[in-house]
Amino acid sequence: MHRLLIACVMLFIGICTANAQSLQPILQEHAEEIAKPSRRTVSVALDALVASALPQATEFLEEWTDKGVWQRDDGVFVLGAEDGDTLAWRDIDTGQTGDSPKDGFTQLKPNGGVRRLIGTALVQFQLSDPNITSRENAVAAIARRSEAAQLAPLLASIEGETDEALKARKIQVANYVSARFAPETADRISAIESLATDTSVEARAVLNQILTKSSGVALSLPEGNIATIRDLSADTQAAYAELVEADLAPSAPSPRDIRQALEDNIDGGRIGGLPIAQLSDPAQRAVAYAALAQSGLAPPLITTEQIEAAVGNHVFYEIYAEDDPEVTDAAAKALSSVQGRVGAAQFADLTLDALSLASIFFLAAIGLAITFGVMGVINMAHGEFIMMGAYTGYVVQLFIPNYTLSILVALPVAFAVTFAAGVAMERLVIRWLYDRPLETLLATFGISIILQQLAKNIFGTQARPLTSPDWLAGAWVLNDVIQISYIRIAIFGLALIFLCLILYILKRTRLGLEVRAVTQNPGMASSMGINPDRINMLTFGLGSGIAGIAGVAIGLYAKVTSEMGADYIVQSFMTVVVGGVGNVWGTLAGAALVGFGQKGIEWFNPSNTLAAQTYMILFVILFIQFRPKGIVALKGRAAGD
Amino acid sequence: MNNSFISRNPSVMWFLLCLAVFTFAVTLLSEASGATFISTSFLKTLGKTLCLCLVAVAMDVVWGYCGILSLGHFAFFGIGGYAIGMWLMYERTREIVETSMSANVLPPTPDEITTAIGSQIFGVVGGSEFPAIWAFSHSLTLQLLAVVLVPGLLALVFGWLAFRSRVTGVYLSILTQAMTLALSLYFFQNDTGLRGNNGLSGLQNIPGLSDVSQATLSLWFFWASAVALGLGYVLFAWITAGKLGSVIRAVRDNEARVRFLGYHVESYKLFVFTITAMVAGIAGALYYPQAGIINPAEITPIASIYLAVWVAIGGRGRLYGAVLGAAAVSLMSSWFTGGSAQDINLGFYVVKWTDWWLVLLGATFVAVTLFFPKGIGGLFDLLPRKKGENA
Repeated sequence: MHRLLIACVMLFIGICTANAQSLQPILQEHAEEIAKPSRRTVSVALDALVASALPQATEFLEEWTDKGVWQRDDGVFVLGAEDGDTLAWRDIDTGQTGDSPKDGFTQLKPNGGVRRLIGTALVQFQLSDPNITSRENAVAAIARRSEAAQLAPLLASIEGETDEALKARKIQVANYVSARFAPETADRISAIESLATDTSVEARAVLNQILTKSSGVALSLPEGNIATIRDLSADTQAAYAELVEADLAPSAPSPRDIRQALEDNIDGGRIGGLPIAQLSDPAQRAVAYAALAQSGLAPPLITTEQIEAAVGNHVFYEIYAEDDPEVTDAAAKALSSVQGRVGAAQFADLTLDALSLASIFFLAAIGLAITFGVMGVINMAHGEFIMMGAYTGYVVQLFIPNYTLSILVALPVAFAVTFAAGVAMERLVIRWLYDRPLETLLATFGISIILQQLAKNIFGTQARPLTSPDWLAGAWVLNDVIQISYIRIAIFGLALIFLCLILYILKRTRLGLEVRAVTQNPGMASSMGINPDRINMLTFGLGSGIAGIAGVAIGLYAKVTSEMGADYIVQSFMTVVVGGVGNVWGTLAGAALVGFGQKGIEWFNPSNTLAAQTYMILFVILFIQFRPKGIVALKGRAAGD
Repeated sequence: MNNSFISRNPSVMWFLLCLAVFTFAVTLLSEASGATFISTSFLKTLGKTLCLCLVAVAMDVVWGYCGILSLGHFAFFGIGGYAIGMWLMYERTREIVETSMSANVLPPTPDEITTAIGSQIFGVVGGSEFPAIWAFSHSLTLQLLAVVLVPGLLALVFGWLAFRSRVTGVYLSILTQAMTLALSLYFFQNDTGLRGNNGLSGLQNIPGLSDVSQATLSLWFFWASAVALGLGYVLFAWITAGKLGSVIRAVRDNEARVRFLGYHVESYKLFVFTITAMVAGIAGALYYPQAGIINPAEITPIASIYLAVWVAIGGRGRLYGAVLGAAAVSLMSSWFTGGSAQDINLGFYVVKWTDWWLVLLGATFVAVTLFFPKGIGGLFDLLPRKKGENA
């Protein structure tokens, strides 16, 4: 078929050189195909137009698809636009214009299939169009749907391409097209081999298209490029079904057919000599059906031996659509090498994902870890402080429409709001309960119910948007496999900043010194002149304030709802418990373990994130068996509870 | 023996008396006896409340007496519900399928019936095969055993793991909460074979009793719940009254000292944790046929936390406190959120109870924790006492 087309092209090149500059004669030569085009016949006319390489041909083809071509009663084609009963027409070659009554013209209305063919033909003109946009569109169209005929014009257009990026793209696409359609096998193989390092989706699609295969069955192996011979001896039922499909074996009656046949042949309350009431037993049914088959009332059952014999007599194979084994071998090799690279890239992508998840957990948990470590208090309302921070961000955005500015304002405001809430909670509730840690858990839970319901009453139950600025909107795309959104990078950065900040506060400031002293031994600390009350209050405020900032960060990529805190609270607890209480590095290790663990489990079963969470929790429960005090256990008196 | 623990805990007699009077009164006033004071739906609410009281008593024993703040007992409750729900749903569907198939010309084979039941039950999650987890769903006896054994076994394994590594206090609470979350996430998955977030439904129809009216059925379940609560109360009163009870309370107050005295603390904790989980399973098995539907949302960690809230409000360390707390809070909860409570118009703002009830509950909870650690049950301490009594 392709050779035929090329022959046609050659033929018409000859004709065109004879009638240079004028399109109308070519059109007249194919008047029949152009006036009443069908997908089968129109290609001849299109090839002629393409081969003419006339500038008018582009316009003609564009107008043709837009139904702007009319045929005069004497057969001449013109471009035209109807205006009521008159037609404003224009000559294709001379550009001469005029108005005539519409009656003398017939509009050409190519159908969808024909328009697509015209589009393909147009692409070849557009490849050398002076307008860069239409050149880009043409290349994109070829990349989407390549055909053999496009290879030559595409290669020809590379030379004269002025735009460097587009030139590179043209070379790339030409490579894809020649991998599939180049006339010389050697060209194809070298194109295919060059794809072995290309992990883009397009390159993989090209290789997969070359390796398209269909499965078949026959008495003996047919001629052609056989991919594999399938061994179906394990599942003879399926193999037999395939034989039936290929009309190589009689079909076995299905359970439905059997029931129908039995029901159709009731004879005086008996089927095949057996009373109906007995037929709830599968064995009796088989007997009854065998009797029917014996007397020719139903098609006979196919026995297992027959099935096995039939399957054994035939050969099941997969055959490539591509005839040349050299090409398919090269493609298979290239594809496996590409898949190796894709696997490595996916692993890198997963690592990035896990890193960003870990930084979210770190942000959400570090505040909790500080309060838990210093005061031994589990703050069940911690999740609600995260939510509070997110809502603060939302409210700030209502007042400051500039997203960049509003985020910059929201971070300190959220810190201030949740810091104040934390201090208030510590003063009003928690400090009365220091000797009853289990009850703090309950009291803070009561506060979490209140805060959650208040948020619901104020902001409603639907999710509120916390829009990120434009410069955070996109994703950093390394290639088709590895990409990570800027927000996640920003969250990672934020987590890093907070890690440094908290380390600085704890290790380099007076407050940090006192906090560490209270953590290690509150009694001793207070006898050294540290006021534990004040430290507790400030620590609680600090932990809550960080939760507020985490809320803004989380709100940027997740939805802001009154229940968002509850989604993170258990993971935060996991992080703290796994990491070990009262240590920043412990929390970091815990966040990394939980984040990487969850993503790792997700990798085994990508469709089921619920399962990943379930198994992660089970893992944490088991982990606690081996390190009850977490990864980084606190040493000294405090470790003894 | 019996006399001794009852005489040591006079609340048992009083409680059983009140429960009997209550049951008798409700029976007389219910629709099944021709009266109209208590509608069938309210009767179901009362029956469900009794089940909640039972699980609250179990929670009180594990928390109030043994000092383990378990945030997983409502998950055991849910598992009990699922266990009985599987039988109810299987049998009920089998009845329906067999009735509709009996109209067929050919009598159905066992295989055809199983397939039809399967596609009825699992159609919503796009399956028709019975998962392995349903292997015993045809047998009431086995599923009834599962009601007790599955929560018991789970509690035993989890408790053994947790207690042997000496996880205590808030750590333990967090760990039980994690277990509950893992369970609910597991139940939420379609692959589990328990119909994912659709849960099990139609549980109010008891197979084989389709000609008994819902009014009568509800009354039977109410009685069953009352009997279970009574028995559970006596059981736990007996456990907590004897020497065993003293050790359990000692573990709560100072675990290290009990260990040094030579007791194997882990065994005691494990015993309490497991037996309360079993009772929670039984309570769940009685609750969900009255509720009619169970889904994984019922066993999320928040439900277990509410259970702790009830016990705390009712008063820890006294069994009747748990009953009072569970009954009061759950009944008030359904009253306030059911829309029967009058909204308060403040002129500038209308306080809708459906919106503000949780705020009130949370505030009450904080207040109870801060100011009345003994809960409602603490009010009984204010009663004048006879001489020589120390309950």
